[in-house]
Amino acid sequence: MKVPLEWLREHCDPALDVHGIEQSLTMSGTKVEAMHHHGVSEVQRFVVGRVLELRAHPNADRLSVCTVDLGRAADDGPATIVCGAPNVAPGQAVAVARPGGILPDGTALSLRTLRGVPSEGMILAERELDIGTGEEGILVLDEQPGALAPGTPLADVLPIATEVLELEITPNRPDCLGVYGVARELHAATGAPLSEAPWLKDPGSAGALQGAEVRVECPDLCRRFTARAFEHVEIRPSPAWLKARLMAAGQRPINNVVDITNYVMLLTGQPLHAFDLDRVEGARLTVRRAAEGEQLITLDGQTRALDSQTVLIEDAEGPTSIAGVMGGERSEIERGTTRVLLEVATWSGPNIHRTSSMLGLRSEASARFEKGLQPEQCMHAQAVAAQLLESCAGAELLPGTIDVAWTPVAPRTLLLREARVRAILGVPVPRERQAAILGALDFQSQPEPEGLRVTVPALRREDVTREIDLIEEVARIDGVDRLPATLPARRGAAGRLTHHQRVRRAAEDALAQRGLHEIAGWSFTDPALADRLRLPREHQMRRMVPLENPLSEAHSVLRPTLLGSLLDAARHNVAHNGPDVAIFESGTVFRARAEGQGADEHQALGALLTGALQPRSWRGAPVEADFFAAKGLLAALLDSLRVSWAVKPNEWPFLHPGRSAAVLIGERQIGFLGELHPLVARTWDLERAASFVINLEEAAAASPEAVLFEPFPAVPPLRQDLAVTMPQSVPAEQVLARAREAGGEILEAVSVFDVYEGTQVGAGRRSLALALSFRAPGRTLTDEDVAPVRERIVAALGELGGELRG
Amino acid sequence: MIERIQQLRQEGEAQIAGARGAQELGELRVRLLGRKAELPRMLRGVAALEPSERAAVGQAANQARQALEELIEARAARLAEEELDSSLQADVLDVTLPGAPPQPVGRLHLLTVMRRELEDIFLGLGFTVMEGPEVETVHYNFDALNHSPTHPARARRDTFYLAYYGQEDERARRPQAAAGGEELLLRTHTSPMQIRAMENHPPPLYVVIPGRVYRPDSDATHTPQFHQIEGLAVDEDITLADLKGTLLEFARAVFGAEREVRLRPHFFPFTEPSVEVDVSCFQCGGSGFLGDGARCPLCKGEGWLEVLGAGEVDPAIYSYVATSDRNAPGYDPEKVQGFAWGLGVERIAMLRHGIPDLRLYYENDLRFLEQFG
Repeated sequence: MKVPLEWLREHCDPALDVHGIEQSLTMSGTKVEAMHHHGVSEVQRFVVGRVLELRAHPNADRLSVCTVDLGRAADDGPATIVCGAPNVAPGQAVAVARPGGILPDGTALSLRTLRGVPSEGMILAERELDIGTGEEGILVLDEQPGALAPGTPLADVLPIATEVLELEITPNRPDCLGVYGVARELHAATGAPLSEAPWLKDPGSAGALQGAEVRVECPDLCRRFTARAFEHVEIRPSPAWLKARLMAAGQRPINNVVDITNYVMLLTGQPLHAFDLDRVEGARLTVRRAAEGEQLITLDGQTRALDSQTVLIEDAEGPTSIAGVMGGERSEIERGTTRVLLEVATWSGPNIHRTSSMLGLRSEASARFEKGLQPEQCMHAQAVAAQLLESCAGAELLPGTIDVAWTPVAPRTLLLREARVRAILGVPVPRERQAAILGALDFQSQPEPEGLRVTVPALRREDVTREIDLIEEVARIDGVDRLPATLPARRGAAGRLTHHQRVRRAAEDALAQRGLHEIAGWSFTDPALADRLRLPREHQMRRMVPLENPLSEAHSVLRPTLLGSLLDAARHNVAHNGPDVAIFESGTVFRARAEGQGADEHQALGALLTGALQPRSWRGAPVEADFFAAKGLLAALLDSLRVSWAVKPNEWPFLHPGRSAAVLIGERQIGFLGELHPLVARTWDLERAASFVINLEEAAAASPEAVLFEPFPAVPPLRQDLAVTMPQSVPAEQVLARAREAGGEILEAVSVFDVYEGTQVGAGRRSLALALSFRAPGRTLTDEDVAPVRERIVAALGELGGELRG
Repeated sequence: MIERIQQLRQEGEAQIAGARGAQELGELRVRLLGRKAELPRMLRGVAALEPSERAAVGQAANQARQALEELIEARAARLAEEELDSSLQADVLDVTLPGAPPQPVGRLHLLTVMRRELEDIFLGLGFTVMEGPEVETVHYNFDALNHSPTHPARARRDTFYLAYYGQEDERARRPQAAAGGEELLLRTHTSPMQIRAMENHPPPLYVVIPGRVYRPDSDATHTPQFHQIEGLAVDEDITLADLKGTLLEFARAVFGAEREVRLRPHFFPFTEPSVEVDVSCFQCGGSGFLGDGARCPLCKGEGWLEVLGAGEVDPAIYSYVATSDRNAPGYDPEKVQGFAWGLGVERIAMLRHGIPDLRLYYENDLRFLEQFG
C-alpha cells in the first residue's frame, strides 16, 4: 500500500525524518518495502506567481509573454515568463517553477530563450506537477488577487512534493489498509500525537432515509449495508490538493465524487461506492446471490459468468454491480449526475476473495474487502465522505442513513497476565508500559490483580482474540529487536543425526570423493518420460503421480525415478561442457499407489556416467564409462556402507539387454545397474552411458549401525591361484559360488582376478583366474594340506564345464 | 717390530682413506690383509717369537688388523653411499607433470553443502534432525497450522495439488484424496512436520526439519521447488529471547562472528508473536555503505538482510497435535511453549555465495557445480 508521507504527517507527525519514520514503522510490524519521491525536487524553486500582464509573443502565435509577480521570491522585480497555455490571463495566481527547479519527470529548469524571448521560468499545469491529469492548460490557483500572496512557496499551497512509503500490510491487519490506521501505528511506535479521528465530525444523521430503499437477501455474505443520499451535487474536477494526494497514492483523479470515494477509502481503509440515484431504477437496491450461470457486463465491458456464491447488487432493472468487486455501467456517476446514493458496506472477506479470484478481477476495493473489514468502518467512511461531498461537490446531505443487516456487538475483553508476558518474551514489561502501549493502539485497559483487563477495539476484533495476541501487541510496540539474546535451557536435548541420515551423508560422500558431481534435479517430470524410457504399458515406473495444477505439461507428474533428471543433466552438460560427465543425485522419488490411494515416496541415490571417467593423462588412456565402471562405483558405494550386496543379470526396458543387472541385498531387489539402451541414450543425445539407481532407504536399513571388533586370525592364510577355462555362458558369480561350496570352511575367500578370452582358450570359452585363500583355525596350512580341497574345487568347476588351464 | 706394525697401520689407514671406488678398496684389502700381506704374516709369525715379545707384538698386530678391517668396511659403506647418491642425482623426474592416474574431484551440490552445514550448526545447539513426507495432506500442511479455511495459500495458484491417479486414465485431473477422503498436496513448507514431530514425541522437543518444498512460482527469485529448514523447540519456558539467541548463533556461524540479528514483528498463522529475522549485512558490515561510499548492493543500503520467518508457536497449534501412543496426552498450551522458524536454504546460499538466479541451482551445469562443495 502506498502512503504519501505528507498525508501521513497530517495525522501523526513525529519529529523524525523519512528514514526515522521508516524505521519506526518497520520495527513495529508495518514493513516499509520501498520509498520513492513523488512530485518536484528543489521544492524551494516553486512559488506562487501572480500574472500581471500578458503580451503576444513577437515570433510565435501560440505563445504569450507574461509578466509575473513572484513577490519576495525574486529580488529584481516581476519575472518575464513565456507561456503556451491558452487559459493564462492577467490576475491569476499560478504555479511557477523558477530556474533550478526540477519537475517530476526529471526536467531541470534553466533560463531559456523561447523564439527570441528569454523566459525566467515556467508557469505549470497540474500534469507537469504530477498532481493531476488535466489537459485544460495551466493550473489556476485563484482568479483574483486575494489570499495567495505572490512569492508564497508553492509547497505551502499544494502537496507538490512528498516521499511515498510502500507498506507491506500483513493479512491480520486490515485496519492498517488506510492512512489513518497507519498513523495510529506510527503514533503507538513513536509516541507522537495522533490527530482526532477524521470521522468524529459526522454531518449526517441516523434514522430513515426518504427516497431510497435497500434490501439484503444474503446477510451471511453482507455483514452491513449503509447508504446515504446527496442532492444538488455538482460533478467537476476535485480540488488540486485532493487530486495531488490521489496521484501520490497511485490513483488517477476522475471527478470530485469518484475521487472522494477513493480518497475516503485511502484514508479509512473502507471502500465506498457512489450510485447516480436518478439512475437507480426504482430507487431501490437489492443485495442477493447470483443465480448459477447468471451473466453480467462489468464496467470494463466484459461479460462475466457468475455462480451462486457471487453477490450482486441490483435495482428494479436488474444487476448493476458485483458486490465489493466491480461496479456496473448503468448507475455510474457521470457528468450530469446531481443526486448521489453513497453505498458503504461490509462484505464477507473470504467470499470477496473467492469471487475476485474466480473472475480474475482485483481492485483496490476487493483487495481491502477480502482481508475482512469491520462493520463499524462503514460509518467512518460515510462521515468523512459526507464532509467532503459538502465541501468539494456542493452536495446537500439528506437526513437519515440506511443501515441494514447489522447489529452492534459488545466489545471483547481479555485478561493480560503480567507473568505471561514475561514468560513468552523472556523479559518483563512493566504493567504501566503495557497499558500505555495498548492505549495508543486504541485498546482500553483496567488493572486486575494478575495484570490488565483489556477491551479490544472493534477494528481489531478478528485479529486479537486471545491473551497471546495482546502479548504480541505489547511486544511489537515495546520492540522485539530490544530483546536479549538468550539460549534455551535445553533440558534433555541432545542433537544427533539418525543412522539413516548418517548413511545418506556417507553414501553421497563416497560418490563425490570418487569424482562425481552431485546434481539437484526436478521432482517434477514429463509423463512422456515413460515412453522415452521405453517402459511397457504395465511397468511399475509408469505409476507416476499426477499434479492437478502443474506449471507445464513437462512438469506435470512427480518423478518415479532419478534416471530422468540424471539424463537431463547429462544432456545439458554434454551440450555445454563436453562429452565427459559423471554425476549423481540423492533425492525423493514417487510412485502412485493403487487407484485413489495417494502416493509412496522414498529416497533414492543414482549415478550416471558418460565419456571418460578421468581427465586424459600422459600415462595412459582413461577409463571410459561402461557397465563395469558403473559397477565399480556402486561397489565402492555399497562396500563403504558395509552392505552385503550382489547383482544378477536382469533386463530393464531402458538398459542394454546384455549389460544390465538388478542390484540385490539378500533377496531384495533395491535397484538397477547397467549401460543405457542405445535408443534411450540417443533420445538424450548421449553416446554410451552407464548408470545405477538404488533405493537408499533399503541400503541404509542394511547398513550395520554398530560394528563389533573381530579378532585377527592367529595363523597366516595360504594363498594359491587357480586358472580354469569355462564356457562363456557361466557367470563368474556362479563359478565363485561353486568354488566356495566345494572349498568348505577351509576356503576363506575366493575372487576373480583375471579374465582372458582368445584363441588359446577356444571359441565360446574364457579363462578365469581365481585367487584362493585358505585358512584353518589353530594351524598353519601347507600345500599338502589344501591339495585335496583344491582337487574338490577343480572337480566342482569341472561339473560346470571348467577345465584346469595347465 | 712393534714400530713396523705401527708403520704398517699408518700406511694402511692412509691408503684406505684415499681409496676411490670399490675395486681399489678390494685390491687394497688383499694388499693389506690378504694371506701374503705383511701384517697377517707377522701375526702368523708371533708363535715363533720370544715368549717375552709374543704378547705385545700379537696384541699390536691384532689391533692393527682389526682397525684396518673396520676402516675398510666403513670406507666401503661410504663409497657405496656415494655411488647411490650419484646415481640418484642422475635419476630426475619432471615433478611438475600431473599426477597419474588423474584423480577426478567431485563436489556435493551447494544445496547439500548448505543443508549439512545448517544441520550441523543446529545439531551443535542440541537439535535433532527429522524429516517428513513431501506429499502431504491438507490437514498437516494448512489446517493443523492454523490457516483459516479461506487462507489464500490454499488456492490452486499457490499450492500444487495431486490429481487423481487411476489405471484407466492416468491423466484424469480429478482431485487426489488420501484414505480419509482428504486432498493431497505437495507440501508448501516444512512446517507440517512440526505437528508430526509433536504427535510422535512428548516435550521437551528440539528438532530441525530440512526438506524440499513446492510452490507454483517460477522466475529468477522463485523456483517451483526449493528447500527449507524448519526449527521447533518446545519446552516449559522457551521464550522469544531464546529464539533470538538461537538464531544469533546460526547467523554468526553462517555469516561471520561479527553479525547481529534483528527481529521485526510480522504475521504468520502458526506463530504468535511472529517475527521476521534480519541479519546484519556481511558485505557492508551493516552500515549500508561500502568503503568507497557506494550503496551496498547486497542489502540495498539497508544494512540488514532478511533471512527467515519465525515466532513463538501459536498456542492454537498445540490443540491440533493429536494424542498418540508415543505422546499422550499431547501438548497442553498452558504448560508448554516454544518457538519455531522456517528458513530457505536457497536464500541463505544465495546471499552468502552471491548466486544471481535461483534457477542455477536446478540447471545442474558443471560450471556451477564445480564452484561449490
